[in-house]
Amino acid sequence: MNPPESSAIVSASNQVIVLREVWKTYRMGDQDVHALAGVDLEIERGSFWAISGPSGSGKSTMLNLLGCLDRPTSGEYTFEQSDIATTTDDQLSDLRLKHIGFVFQNFHLIPQLTVQENIELPLFYQGANPEETALRARALADRVGLADRLSHRPTELSGGQQQRVAIARALANDPSVILADEPTGNLDTATGNSIMSLLTELHGQGKTILMVTHEPDIAAYAQLQLLMRDGRIESITQSKPSPIGAPTP
Amino acid sequence: MILARFARNIRLGVKTLLLHKMRSALTMLGMVFGVGAVIAMLAVGEGASKQALDQIRRLGSQNILVTSQQPVAQSGSGSMQVRMNIYGLLYDDLDRIVQSFENVVTTVPAKLIRGQGRVGSRTLELRLVGTTPDWFQLVARNKIAGRNLVNRDLTEKANVVVLTEHGARRLLVGKEIVGSTVRINQGYYTVVGVIQSESMQSGSMQTPDQNIDAYIPLSVARERFGDMTVRRTSGSRTRELVELHQIIVQVDSTEHVESTAAGIERMLSNAHPNADYRMSVPLALLRQARATQRTFNIVLGSIAGISLLIGGIGIMNIMLASVTERTREIGIRRAIGARRKQIIGQFLIETVVLSVAGGLIGIGIGLLIPWLITMFADMPTIVTAWSVLLSVVISVAVGIIFGMYPAMRAANLDPIVALRHE
Repeated sequence: MNPPESSAIVSASNQVIVLREVWKTYRMGDQDVHALAGVDLEIERGSFWAISGPSGSGKSTMLNLLGCLDRPTSGEYTFEQSDIATTTDDQLSDLRLKHIGFVFQNFHLIPQLTVQENIELPLFYQGANPEETALRARALADRVGLADRLSHRPTELSGGQQQRVAIARALANDPSVILADEPTGNLDTATGNSIMSLLTELHGQGKTILMVTHEPDIAAYAQLQLLMRDGRIESITQSKPSPIGAPTP
Repeated sequence: MILARFARNIRLGVKTLLLHKMRSALTMLGMVFGVGAVIAMLAVGEGASKQALDQIRRLGSQNILVTSQQPVAQSGSGSMQVRMNIYGLLYDDLDRIVQSFENVVTTVPAKLIRGQGRVGSRTLELRLVGTTPDWFQLVARNKIAGRNLVNRDLTEKANVVVLTEHGARRLLVGKEIVGSTVRINQGYYTVVGVIQSESMQSGSMQTPDQNIDAYIPLSVARERFGDMTVRRTSGSRTRELVELHQIIVQVDSTEHVESTAAGIERMLSNAHPNADYRMSVPLALLRQARATQRTFNIVLGSIAGISLLIGGIGIMNIMLASVTERTREIGIRRAIGARRKQIIGQFLIETVVLSVAGGLIGIGIGLLIPWLITMFADMPTIVTAWSVLLSVVISVAVGIIFGMYPAMRAANLDPIVALRHE
C-alpha cells in the first residue's frame, strides 16, 4: 500500500507531490475529527490518478490539500519541492498560480467575464503581458474547440462547453498538476466522455492529473485508482495501460 | 505595463459595476449629493466672502464713516404738521476730530441734500453731496471725463458740479457733458467732471457714494441750502437742522483704524448723548464678515461631511452585500492563485470607481447649483479649482476608507469554504 521509502532524497523531477504521515484534523464541537489519518502518498510526474471513496472518506480534504488550498495539521507535505507545512498564504497562492490547474464539477467560471477573460485569468494574476495573454487564451480556446466562442459569456454556453473553458483556463498557466473535482458530475454521459478524452489527451502530453470521482466508469480512465476510507488510503490499484486513453464506457 | 494592468483592473471593475446599473447608480447617490453639496457650499461661501471683501475695498479699509442719524426717541417739537428735528454731526465735531487724533490723515465732511436735476425737459432726482476735494481720494472712483472738485472751487464758491456716469447719462445724453449747465433745485451749475459710481447696499454696509450723486463744493452747499432742510412726507412737513450728514475719516494705517474709531466714538458720545450719529468701520465689518463666514463654513462643512459619511456607509453596505453575493467568485479567484492583496485590490478598485464616479457627477451638480443660484437668486458664487480638487480627493478617500473593510472581508474568506458557497 505504501510506496517504498526511499532512503535518499526523493528525486526532485519525478515526484510532484509527496505526503508522509499526513494528518488533517478538524475540531467539531468538543470532538476531534480526523479527515486524514496518516496518509502516505507519492505522486509521480505525468501520472493520472482517480481518487474515489464514500462520502466522509476524506477525499475532499485530500483534494484541497493536493490543490494547495489547505495545509496539513501534521506530517510532511512536499509539493514541487516546497514544504507546504511552513508556507505562508501568499506562497500557497503562488504555488497554485504556477503549478496547479483546477477543473471543478460546477465549472466555476466567473459569470461576468467572457470566455476569453476567464481563460486569461491565471495569466492576469501572473502579471503577463496583455498581448501574449490574449494570444495564449485564443490558442487554448482553439485547443478545446471553442475558438469561436471567445466573446461569449459562460451562461451562453452548454455545460460541456463550460467545462472545456474551465479546462482551457486550468491550462493557461501551463501547470504541472491538473486537479479535477468530479469533472463530469454535471454532464451527460456523452459530454462527460468527451471531457474525459480531453483529460486523457492532456495526460498523454505529460500533465499530472488528479481526479476525484465516484463513478467507476470515469475512474477507469485513470492509470491509478486510489480508494479512500475513513481518512486513510485503502487501496491503490493500477489499471491496464491502454494506448489511447478511453476504454469504451 | 503596470499602467496597462491598472487600466485593465479599472475596466473590469467598471464592467462588474455595470452589471447592476440600478444598484450602482443608487449607491453612488450619496456621493453625488455629498460632493455636490461640498462644491456648491464652498462656491456660495467664496462668493459671499468675495462680495464682502469687495465692499470693504469700496468702503476703504482705512476709513471710518460717521453718519448723522435721527435719534429714535426724538419726536419732533411743534405741531403735528410742522416738525423740527435738530440732530447730527456738527462742524465742531469735524474740527475736534481733525485736532484730536494724530493718526487721522484726512477728514472729509459731506452735506447730503435731496435735489432735482434738470436739463431742458429731462429731470432726475439727485443727491447733492456738498463736500471737499478730499472726497475723491477717500472714495476713489474712476474718473471718466473732466476733473474732480479742487480747492479753488471751495474758496471761490464756484457753481460747479461733478456728476456720476449714471447722472450724466440720464441728464445729458447726446450732449457734450463737460461744460454743460445743469439746473439743480433753484441753482445752475457747470459740469466740470464725470466719475464712475459704485452704489451697493448689503446689511449694515453701504458705500458712501450713490449713483444719483452730484458733487458740489461744500461752501456752495452751505451758502445755497444752509443747514435747514424740509422734508415732505405724506402731507406733513418735517424740518431738519443738520450741519453735516457725514464725516469720512481716513487713518494712516489699518492697525490704527479700530483704536481711532474707539477714540472718536468716545469723544462723540460725550458731545452727543442722544446718539444722533452712527459709526461704521469697514475693517471691523470685515472682521465680523469673516467670523460669520467661518461659522457658516463650519456648519455647512459639517452637513457636507455628514452626507459624505452617509454616502460612504451606503457604498460600504452595498460592497458588503456584493462580497457575500460573489463569495464563490472570490473562491475561484483564490483557487486560481490570486493573492489576498489582489482580491483587496479588485474590490477596492470597484469601490473607488463607484465613489469617484459619484464624485464626478457630484462635481457636475456642484457646478450647476451655484450657476442656478447666481442666475435666479442673484447671489455671487465662485467655484474655486481647489474645491473641485478637494472633492476628487475626498471621493477617492471615501472609496478607499469605506471599501477597505468589505475588501478585507473578501480577501480573508477561506478559499475552500468560498468555493463551496452556493
